[in-house]
Amino acid sequence: MTLINVERIKLFSTRSPYWCLIAIVVAALGFATLFGLIESGRAAITYLVLRGTSLGMSIFMVLAALSITTEYRFGTIRNTFLAAPRRPTVLLAKTVLIAVLGLVVGTIVALAAFYLAKGLAQSPLVPMELNSGDDWRQVLGYGPLFAIAGIIAVAVGAIVRQSAGAVAILLLWPLLIESLFTLIPTVGEKVGPWLPFAAADKWVAPSSSISDLFQSTNTGPTPIQGLLVFAGWALVLWLVALVLLQRRDA
Amino acid sequence: MIEVIGLTKQYSSTTAVDDLSFTVTPGTVTGFLGPNGAGKSTTMRMILGLDNPTRGKALIFGEPYAHLSKPLTKVGSLLDANWIHPNRSARSHLRFMAASNKIGVKRVDEVLDIVGLSSVATKAAGKFSLGMKQRLGLAGALLGDPQVLLFDEPVNGLDPEGIYWIRTFMKNLATQGRTVLVSSHLLSEMALTADHLIVIGRGKLIANSSTADFIARSTRTSVRVRSPQLAELRTALTDAGLAVTDLDGALEVTEAPIERIGDIAGNAGLTLHELSAQAGSLEEAFIQLTGDSLEYGTSRAGAVPAPGLDPHQGYPPPGYAAPQGYPPPGFPPPQGNPAPQGYPAAQGYPPPIGAPPGGYQNPGAPTPSPSTGGDPR
Repeated sequence: MTLINVERIKLFSTRSPYWCLIAIVVAALGFATLFGLIESGRAAITYLVLRGTSLGMSIFMVLAALSITTEYRFGTIRNTFLAAPRRPTVLLAKTVLIAVLGLVVGTIVALAAFYLAKGLAQSPLVPMELNSGDDWRQVLGYGPLFAIAGIIAVAVGAIVRQSAGAVAILLLWPLLIESLFTLIPTVGEKVGPWLPFAAADKWVAPSSSISDLFQSTNTGPTPIQGLLVFAGWALVLWLVALVLLQRRDA
Repeated sequence: MIEVIGLTKQYSSTTAVDDLSFTVTPGTVTGFLGPNGAGKSTTMRMILGLDNPTRGKALIFGEPYAHLSKPLTKVGSLLDANWIHPNRSARSHLRFMAASNKIGVKRVDEVLDIVGLSSVATKAAGKFSLGMKQRLGLAGALLGDPQVLLFDEPVNGLDPEGIYWIRTFMKNLATQGRTVLVSSHLLSEMALTADHLIVIGRGKLIANSSTADFIARSTRTSVRVRSPQLAELRTALTDAGLAVTDLDGALEVTEAPIERIGDIAGNAGLTLHELSAQAGSLEEAFIQLTGDSLEYGTSRAGAVPAPGLDPHQGYPPPGYAAPQGYPPPGFPPPQGNPAPQGYPAAQGYPPPIGAPPGGYQNPGAPTPSPSTGGDPR
């Protein structure tokens, strides 16, 4: 608990987290506004409206990765380890802080984006409602998604120990690597949907027949499987980070 | 109390620290001395649990650093003043360190006051000058009011005032009964700060003795005399059984008290233009000891002046007896190194033999400048 507070002080005593948070809000609400206004909100469907929030998740990963890579960049990681020589607890504290922050930010931003688009859209194709559990999942699902993405980012940051490298990996991975992977014949089609970010996307994608509009094939994980796959990747990466952190010189 | 036992650090091809063992005792400033790349920083990082030793161990109060609970309240350290986030304020920097060891915010303001940074506490630390960063680092080391303190090259890049301030500070800490280990590659600096020296080269222990002993054992002193009647003076001195060497327009007398030389000249009725004690260069002694273990020396011939070769040749009334012939490029001893030249101690460097460490004039003190040509003791 003490160390979580320490991580909180560290995170919020620099400027970059604030800029990242602002960028997340702008991305999420900006996208929602566009979908709400263009063509009187005809395309305002929850999944599409919240694509901006999904972009916000990438920005949140940048925030999370920077929380550890800047410590390496400026050497403060050594001050951290001098003050708390048990490194696993340091990584755990940082991860918990980022995960909780991600949960809060993801939930708030997704809800805000949803209601903003709902309020702006005058004649949506399908009314934007939060009736079924399925509807709720597509919005509130961003909370856990942000949290897990944050854990992945902290892990990657701890493994790479370099801002540019970590950010590049975290941005290129979902945007490029996974989509390129699906192009590989046979294997790509089968394995592609189980890659972390594709799987994560399933968790906030509509599961009903509407999904056929956006996805050519409906194979791959179910929403809950998607979330578990994403969490599994996070756990594996985090454990790798933990082992490296313990073994390497600070 | 720091114990280092058989500490070894191997990187893939090089051994940075090689089977190093020593103990640092409370109540004194212990200097940790070695050329650049000798393994000082690596050793300190291993003591503090930042680097994992390949073999051996380092104990503080009988325990590895990683086993200490609330380590900042037991061990304070300043390894690198640049370990700060440039956008984080000095106060926040200390606040996160304090919070991790359950040290109150009140103490943060206290140490900021001690190091004189209160007025800039909320400013981003990235805008600090090096001296201010050092002060901030020192504040961090003092946070937990620890009994053991480690400083890695604390005076590097500081101005004379800053050097004097840190030096006095470290001595005060030791006087309070704390254990202080401070590393440096400048023997002249350590001579003014440390009571005890641990000297390493290429990761190996070279010497472990009191500063006075170390200097006495490894430097020779001589007296430089100039006179318009040089030939007569030489005769008078050799007649008295003294060893005399010819310099360029002067004589060098070794192993004789300066008073005796003055008396001999006076009795012979000879005019003297100069009579000055030459401290054997500390740097020279240091290089002779560590010369074999230079990590990045050019060649041994370049690094170690041949015995008998006069180090003062053609040197202006030195006070700071830097031998000619080096430094080899890349190596930072006396000449060309801004630190020793830059601070007032360089002028009229007192002969260290027999002088109690710390008994020298503090260069920052407002005392009249000592005569050129060395302390006429």
